[in-house]
Amino acid sequence: MAVTVRIPTPLQRLTNGQSEVQCTGTTVTALLNDLEKRHPGVKERICDETGKLRRFVNVFVNEEDIRFLQGDQTAIKDGDEVSIIPAIAGG
Amino acid sequence: MALSKEQIARYSRQLILPGLGVKGQERLRSASVLVVGAGGLGSPAALYIAAAGVGTIGIIDRETVALSNLHRQILHETAGVGRPKSDSARERLAALNPEAQVVAMQESLEAATILERLAPYDVVLDGSDNFPTRYLVNDACVLLRKPLVHGGVVHLGGQVLTILPGQGACFRCAFPEPPQPGAIPSCQEAGVLGSAAGIIGTLMAHEALKVLLGLGQPLVNRLLVFDGHMSRFREVPLRRQADCAVCSDAPTIREPRAYSQECRGVEVGSMKYEVGQDTADPHQ
Repeated sequence: MAVTVRIPTPLQRLTNGQSEVQCTGTTVTALLNDLEKRHPGVKERICDETGKLRRFVNVFVNEEDIRFLQGDQTAIKDGDEVSIIPAIAGG
Repeated sequence: MALSKEQIARYSRQLILPGLGVKGQERLRSASVLVVGAGGLGSPAALYIAAAGVGTIGIIDRETVALSNLHRQILHETAGVGRPKSDSARERLAALNPEAQVVAMQESLEAATILERLAPYDVVLDGSDNFPTRYLVNDACVLLRKPLVHGGVVHLGGQVLTILPGQGACFRCAFPEPPQPGAIPSCQEAGVLGSAAGIIGTLMAHEALKVLLGLGQPLVNRLLVFDGHMSRFREVPLRRQADCAVCSDAPTIREPRAYSQECRGVEVGSMKYEVGQDTADPHQ
């Protein structure tokens, strides 16, 4: 089962410069764990020590904020598109 | 006030735009915009705001021009290295459009004074370079019910959001809390391509002009994300958060409050992004 995950610019160095990668998983949490397996170091930038999404990072499944779905337990299916979007302060 | 011959000539290409015209031009002339930060975003934003004929432009930046600014901060020039950015910006904007009244402030925005600094302006553009200022500016704009255009840039990409308090998501609705200062390994810069700052800063000016003119649909409840790697724009929908600390019906933030200033330039270091070595210039 392949899901497209969009990687934010600042994390693309952990994905060999790719802005989109393919991962698998039936929930957001499972997907992020798979992402971490393929691209070590990504998850700790997105989640805190307890595994909760950091408060300055949002995850969108098919352009819907998972905070308005089932959070990190939001179901993922084949063909979904997931975007990871952190706040950016650079100017 | 009718437009002079010279003004008609200067603005002719935008005067003929549907929905702008003499009325719109006069609206711009009587309008005021505050640009926070005369850096990579503030530079293109302020230039387009001034060029378009906005009557009053405030520009606030505490820094002086460094050589390492010049690849992206196009308000400034090589001969101006070492000068206050606010002065350099004022001169450049006045040279571009002598009709613009430029209010240059060499200082940083602080919780104690931000409301009075922002109050005189119709729209605020946040081109600052650190999370404490960004959350402070957002909170102040929500408290003042003042339109705010947020832009952020890093590496090759960035994002833009227009915040009309009460009408759509604020920055805190999108990203409830800034990163913890303790989680920040470095204050150094992460690197940015000047043209990416130009794209985001120019979009910020575009949003501000639309808001002032009442033209089109601003980026309200839509975070526009520029993937500079692919040169692709996408947007994600945002919503006001019922529990937003500042813009909900029961806010916990009722006045501007300071966040840790110990690490400015936390923007990307906080996520342990790749950090450059531009130590001589950690701020802008």
